[in-house]
Amino acid sequence: MSDNAPLVIVGTGLAGYNLAKEVRKLDSERELLLITADDGRFYSKPLLSTGFAKAKEADELAMQDAATMAEQLNAEVLFHTQVTGIDVQRRMLQLGGTEQAYSELVLAVGAEPRRLPWADDLGDRLLSINDLLDYGRFRTALKGKRKVVIIGAGLIGCEFANDLLAGGLEVTVVASDPYLMPQLIPEPVAAAVQTQLEALGAVFHLGCAIESLEAGQEGVSLRLDDGSLVIADQALSAIGLAPRLSLAEQAGLQVGRGIVVDRGLATSQPHIYALGDCAEVQGLNLMYVMPLMTSARALAKTLCGTANELSYPAMPVMVKTPACPLVVAPPLTAESGHWSTTGEGSDLQALFHDDQGRLHGFALTGSKVAEKLKLTRELPGWLLATPS
Amino acid sequence: MKKWQCIVCGFIYDEAEGWPDDGIAAGTPWQDVPADWMCPDCGVGKEDFEMIEIG
Repeated sequence: MSDNAPLVIVGTGLAGYNLAKEVRKLDSERELLLITADDGRFYSKPLLSTGFAKAKEADELAMQDAATMAEQLNAEVLFHTQVTGIDVQRRMLQLGGTEQAYSELVLAVGAEPRRLPWADDLGDRLLSINDLLDYGRFRTALKGKRKVVIIGAGLIGCEFANDLLAGGLEVTVVASDPYLMPQLIPEPVAAAVQTQLEALGAVFHLGCAIESLEAGQEGVSLRLDDGSLVIADQALSAIGLAPRLSLAEQAGLQVGRGIVVDRGLATSQPHIYALGDCAEVQGLNLMYVMPLMTSARALAKTLCGTANELSYPAMPVMVKTPACPLVVAPPLTAESGHWSTTGEGSDLQALFHDDQGRLHGFALTGSKVAEKLKLTRELPGWLLATPS
Repeated sequence: MKKWQCIVCGFIYDEAEGWPDDGIAAGTPWQDVPADWMCPDCGVGKEDFEMIEIG
């Protein structure tokens, strides 16, 4: 019975929709159902960080709606629908009061922005942007306003800082981190990015804890532990993403940082797979497009009958800070080592070597970005094919 | 010569430049780029590019 049920994909972000597209390249017939809690519009998450510079409203960043995607994919797309539970034994999804059978199930539910302690009290004065609807909400909140305070100086915080500045807004960044993107780049590279963002008008309060965050009629005010008072019209929270685990946990799937999957992208329960921002394979939870596409192609093959093993080359990340172009290959393959940085001004080359002198990562800014391909070829793969 | 942009990450393929790192010579029109070519920055397929106006 279950094997006649559709292949069900939960989530219609880049992972869900690209998996569906890759499945359709291999199998044009098999019944396909996508379920999403949002409106099911196809959009690019990376381009959400360019919307202000390009003066785009949310509707202009949306590409196809759910109905169009359903038609293009020869699939059913159930939108504004929450999956409330998984009955693993019966291969049934609970959708509130109704049930949906699956033959195979793929969780592509993404990640959730971490919330600041003040988030509940501040309502729309403190927003995060992790999807197209969030972006729309943020643009609405900013109409007629000028000053934004961004909380968090990781990749997303820095990209939005650049984009909002390019869109003509005033930006202050508050972060507890001592320098920008400390999980990805060494301090000298962070300093170059900060300098270029400051040249566009950004103000930074780094290494600061927020003592209080209040909303009033006019906007928000933050009291920092260095005594500063930051006042803005709107706050943007960018303090990190956590994979959505509740559905997987409730169903008894193994979870770590993400939903744990093996090299076939299979979870710990039969007929259930996971990919994208929600998934973790061999300890790697990579919230970027290239690993997502690699996973989608590998999983589509498996789901269509050709077992295969996911492998990842090194996949450098392009950071969308046009003020200081930056490409990073974080040293995921080294347990220890050190950065060494050369270059001048905002044209820097930082290399990460292990204690034996082998290259494991890099960060390049400005004109040095041209060295990306040459250096990538020298890196170990992030997930290597198992030797036979 | 035209430019084509990846709709997911914004990478631009310029026909005048080609992409020699993948063996695509300068001057290669988009239609002659292999169908299985992927965006060098994000990995999406050739089908996810659109032609853009040269601004």
